Amino acid sequence: MKLKKIGMCLALVVVLFGTTLAQMKLNGAGATFPYVIYSKWFDVYSKQHGVEFNYQSIGSGGGIKQVTEGTVDFGASDAAMTEAQMTAVKDKQGSDILHIPTVMGAVVITYNLPAAGKDLKLTPNILAKIYLGQITKWNDDEITSINKGKSLPDQAILVAHRSDGSGTTNIFTDYLKKVSKTWAVNIGMGASVNWPVGLGGKGNEGVAGLVKQSEGAIGYVELAYAVKNGLSYALLQNKEGYFIEPTFESVSAAAAGAAKNMPEDLRVSITDASGKDSYPISGFTWLLIYKNMKDKSKAKEIANFLTWAMGEGQGYAKDLYYAPLPKEVVKMCQKKIASIVTE
Amino acid sequence: MPPVVVSQTTMKQKTTHIGDKVFKTTTMMFALFVFALVFLMGYEMVRGSELSLKQFGWKFLTTSKWDPVAEEYGALPVIFGTLVSSLLALLIALPLSIGVAIFLSELAPRWLERPVSFLVELLAAIPSIVYGLWGIFVLVPWLRTSVEPFLIKNAGFLPIFKGVPYGFGMLAAGIILAIMVLPIISSISRDVLRAIPNSQREAAFALGATKWETTKIVLSDGKSGLLGATLLGLGRAVGETMAVTMVIGNRPEISYSLLDPGYSMASVIANEFAEATSSLYTSALIEIALILFVVTIILNVIARLIVWSITKKFKTT
Repeated sequence: MKLKKIGMCLALVVVLFGTTLAQMKLNGAGATFPYVIYSKWFDVYSKQHGVEFNYQSIGSGGGIKQVTEGTVDFGASDAAMTEAQMTAVKDKQGSDILHIPTVMGAVVITYNLPAAGKDLKLTPNILAKIYLGQITKWNDDEITSINKGKSLPDQAILVAHRSDGSGTTNIFTDYLKKVSKTWAVNIGMGASVNWPVGLGGKGNEGVAGLVKQSEGAIGYVELAYAVKNGLSYALLQNKEGYFIEPTFESVSAAAAGAAKNMPEDLRVSITDASGKDSYPISGFTWLLIYKNMKDKSKAKEIANFLTWAMGEGQGYAKDLYYAPLPKEVVKMCQKKIASIVTE
Repeated sequence: MPPVVVSQTTMKQKTTHIGDKVFKTTTMMFALFVFALVFLMGYEMVRGSELSLKQFGWKFLTTSKWDPVAEEYGALPVIFGTLVSSLLALLIALPLSIGVAIFLSELAPRWLERPVSFLVELLAAIPSIVYGLWGIFVLVPWLRTSVEPFLIKNAGFLPIFKGVPYGFGMLAAGIILAIMVLPIISSISRDVLRAIPNSQREAAFALGATKWETTKIVLSDGKSGLLGATLLGLGRAVGETMAVTMVIGNRPEISYSLLDPGYSMASVIANEFAEATSSLYTSALIEIALILFVVTIILNVIARLIVWSITKKFKTT
């Protein structure tokens, strides 16, 4: 009787072990922004190809750390790695790290000013001044001069920003430092910065909540959040002088516009991109892939998955409120994917 | 016959003796384990903050700039924020909690005392983040539309009520913390007051004291215990994270107005630790954790010593 029990337990263990072994499991960690679409991709792909993915959305910083420590098979980040970070990976893991853009996001400027209605126009200069605390009222001459059709009230501007470190802040401050010398010198860019003015909200939800509740508030959030919450967002003037509405098309156009000058390693910021349809605060989110993994079968699976993501995967982007990559960038990605060492 | 009986009893004592020893050592190990855990946490935090301690030294506690890009960190605003929000919470919660404790221990009839005690303790069971959400959706709008404009209009000459009615800010944080520490202070105070023997009350009644005068006597007997309870409540308020982060405005600035946003030690760690990539940044945050750890331990140790002394004092009489 006892022998039978032991035998059954052993058989169960073997079966469970066997089934887990039979399926390839890939571990990844990193950015929270693309988590929604990565989840969808992993789900669809694993049903089609039987490969299992385990992704922990611990943040871009965490993704870079884990890729450096070699605890994951791939990482994800909204901010490109620095030279120093890439060298650290080369030293610790013996492999170069590739940045493969997967989808795009945009930072939209959302505001709560019923008197202004929709489609408030803002220029980069005005935006920077608001966040520097130099423009403090909605009826400031600079704002009213470009919004002639609107009657803006004499109300204080309540500035909202992120209190937690985030890729969204990274893209936003990257843009501000490009368009404002004062910002570049005094504040700089980063996942967290020393904000001159404003209240901090935790997460996109925090900022969106702050703006929704406080009349006269202005804040920056991911495009997805603005769309889902029905927030009014501003039309931002791009490099060519056009006031652009943040849509998936204008975000993809920013990448297409930047593609001509994109470095081959795809580690590029595409804020303030050229091109008359480009939305100025757009950015990539990348998957961080080891060029030379020790486990070649895993490398092959990752390469296959990435190829799928560049093709069928892009089709899921819009429904989940991400902007798909323009075809120019997809071509560059495919070249990069081909360079992954799979044999 | 007697020798056999004696040897039997000594045999029994020997076997239970070993069992007792094992039991004693095992439970002692568990107790030491907890102590070792606290010690280990402290040690790891000191180690983790070495970089920041070396770079900033004591200046860390006195400078106000929190700049992750320029890598200059000063913890004064967050220390100030934690202290002010906690003290404000105590100011609001103390009269309420002592009142509840007096009601439950002296005045309430039996059938009322149990359900009310239960409800008060239930407040302590509500998760911090639920308080935070309630704060964002209920408390903050109320403050922004009713309370703060009223304060600005009528008491705006006071520096603590100057400013713009954001809703978010130190006042909101103080109120939420007050609700969170109320159950702790009131339940311990109630136990402290109950520990005072009835002979005290009976003596007071015998001398012709009214209910209120008797209560005053009981309160003065238990005042060090009530102080202990207050310190324990303060300990909780100091470490409270999510509820504070969601309503305090997260602005690392020192301001004398309660209507302005602030920042607390627990909030800055919760907000920035995940994305703090550089070693100095992480080290600065760990140093803030260390400060918080030390402050909380000191508060709790003092509080416990006081509470023990009061209950011991009356047990021996």
